[in-house]
Amino acid sequence: MAALEITGLRKRFGALEILKGIDISLEKGGFLVLVGPSGCGKSTLLNTIAGLESISSGEIRIGGQVVNDLHPSKRDIAMVFQSYALYPNMSVAENIAFGMEMRGVPKTEREKAVAGVAKTLQIEHLLNRRPSQLSGGQRQRVAMGRALVRQPRVFLFDEPLSNLDAKLRVDMRVEIKRLHQETGTTVVYVTHDQIEAMTLATKIAVLKDGELQQVGTPNEIYNSPSNLFVADFMGSPAMNLLDGMVTRANGASKIVIDRHDHPPIVLPLPESADSSKLSDGLKVIFGIRPEAVNDPESVDRNAKSVSTFDAKVEIVEPAGSDTYVVTRAAGKELTARMRADTEVHVGENHTFAFNLDKAVLFDPQSSRRL
Amino acid sequence: MTVAADALTAAPSREPTRHSTTTRVVIYGLLIVFAIIYLMPLVVMVMTSLKPLDEVTGGNMLYFPHDLTFEPWRKAWGTACVGLTCDGIKGYVWNSVKMVVPAVIISTLLGALNGYVLTKWRFPGHKLVFGMMLFACFIPFQSVLIPMATILGKLGEIGQTLIDATGYSFGFGNPTVNLVLVHVVYGLGFTTLFFRNYYETFPTELIKAAQIDGASFFQIFRRILLPNSAPIFIVTVIYQFTNIWNDFLFGSTFAAGDSSPMTVALYNIVNTSTGVTEYNVNMATAIIAAVPTLVVYILAGRYFVRGLMAGAVKG
Repeated sequence: MAALEITGLRKRFGALEILKGIDISLEKGGFLVLVGPSGCGKSTLLNTIAGLESISSGEIRIGGQVVNDLHPSKRDIAMVFQSYALYPNMSVAENIAFGMEMRGVPKTEREKAVAGVAKTLQIEHLLNRRPSQLSGGQRQRVAMGRALVRQPRVFLFDEPLSNLDAKLRVDMRVEIKRLHQETGTTVVYVTHDQIEAMTLATKIAVLKDGELQQVGTPNEIYNSPSNLFVADFMGSPAMNLLDGMVTRANGASKIVIDRHDHPPIVLPLPESADSSKLSDGLKVIFGIRPEAVNDPESVDRNAKSVSTFDAKVEIVEPAGSDTYVVTRAAGKELTARMRADTEVHVGENHTFAFNLDKAVLFDPQSSRRL
Repeated sequence: MTVAADALTAAPSREPTRHSTTTRVVIYGLLIVFAIIYLMPLVVMVMTSLKPLDEVTGGNMLYFPHDLTFEPWRKAWGTACVGLTCDGIKGYVWNSVKMVVPAVIISTLLGALNGYVLTKWRFPGHKLVFGMMLFACFIPFQSVLIPMATILGKLGEIGQTLIDATGYSFGFGNPTVNLVLVHVVYGLGFTTLFFRNYYETFPTELIKAAQIDGASFFQIFRRILLPNSAPIFIVTVIYQFTNIWNDFLFGSTFAAGDSSPMTVALYNIVNTSTGVTEYNVNMATAIIAAVPTLVVYILAGRYFVRGLMAGAVKG
């Protein structure tokens, strides 16, 4: 039985539809990340799961029980807010125990539970402090403690790391992942950061304008994006998207990418594409991740299909661990992710290799993957 | 723009040298002059209240007391004549306290509750309701006198009926209760405005977190909102206390004789038409009347300014 099941969920504010029919289910112990640009409805979706906002139609089940009209406190959920939402007038221990106090849990039991959670999160020495006396990372821990102590069926995180500085964010990300692995809880997590999404999730749901674009494992989302939006949104630097055309010659389809000052790049069909859908002369968008564009010598040895071409290097960005090389094809920028010690020079021609195992094709009209 | 910004950032370091001695003398001189002007009446009042009557009528009011006496204070408190009874002002001070304390507490708590609902439990039309509440702040005292008198008359009738039926009025028609009601109703617009503006900047996520924690409407109000409202509480209490304590119009209109608040009694003592005008007793009475508001300001004044500023600039 799914821990969380959402079917046909719609949310309207007057005439404006914020969520346009969402269907997601999450197994027990799963980590679902809702990701999308700001205003896509991901926070609204989380709030409807929490019961902080009503829904216009559809159904939300938590542990098999329909919770549409249940008060947030009756849904057996806990939420970690972006601002942590710690009660400023209470000590850390009181903050963590407040939910249990409201539910009439006896004092001795509360104290025991608080002590247990404090130990897990290593905040025992902070229990008597006020939230205003804590650093950002400590507040974050307390907020998680407040959620953990209740042992709810589903945890909801609303962009919990966005108020932390970059280094702390990475630490807390690891912390959350460890916590999830150790406790095996079911989590729904909202973020606009696609790295958080990739690293934490067992399942990612990409939203745009209130519509689900794709739901899948991080691997599926990254390697087989179902449309151009997902392809472009996930991954940094973004996927290279080049205009191409299908040609059929001698029974084999090929992709031709025209270039102004160079001979066109002619590529065999990527494995992922369904050749039956590709007719001669069809315009396509050829998508390839920067890490699948490389030097011919350092391209993945296990790659079944590799194609090389020459192009002029426009920009070289050394990033320490890698060097990003930007060139141009079919009027669009093309970023390649190369080894840090690669010898490339701006203005010179360089031979690039596409690892076509990792390439995908999209229909420019419908923007769906072919 | 940048020049102004530079001047602002550089100001603290340049401060000591920028003002010449003359400027300082002028600034301090003006401040001292105005301080004297503002303090003079109080000084005269205190000095006059400590003089025997012949010294007041015979001497200069700016002279220090020659024969220091506390008799005028004793008289003002215990034996001065208000109308026909000569029991001093003490009963009326008590009347005022009985009126002010419940009126301040009730109007402040209701204002807090209104502010809570208007910001955190919004309902369709909440803007209209708040607009009308705001409008209540601009209604002049005088214009509510007659409608209020009608309502209080009705309440008095209910009280009479209750007395006939049960022998007890349950507070209906009691002048002090009437005044409390009038002040609560009149003050509600202000207290609501104060609290709404304060709670507007109060993080809504805290309310949501408390909801998920299982706190009810009133639990959230009592456990989360109220403990975090100290600054605006102090502002509201000072404002309401001062207004209600100093009110004369409602007091003189709706409470007569023995039940009138202290402001009305003060007027009656000062305005007595019989005998000599006892300036020293009058002054002592006036100071007694002013002391509570003075004390409230001294004790909580710094929070007043701080509370008024809070929310004005988003932090």
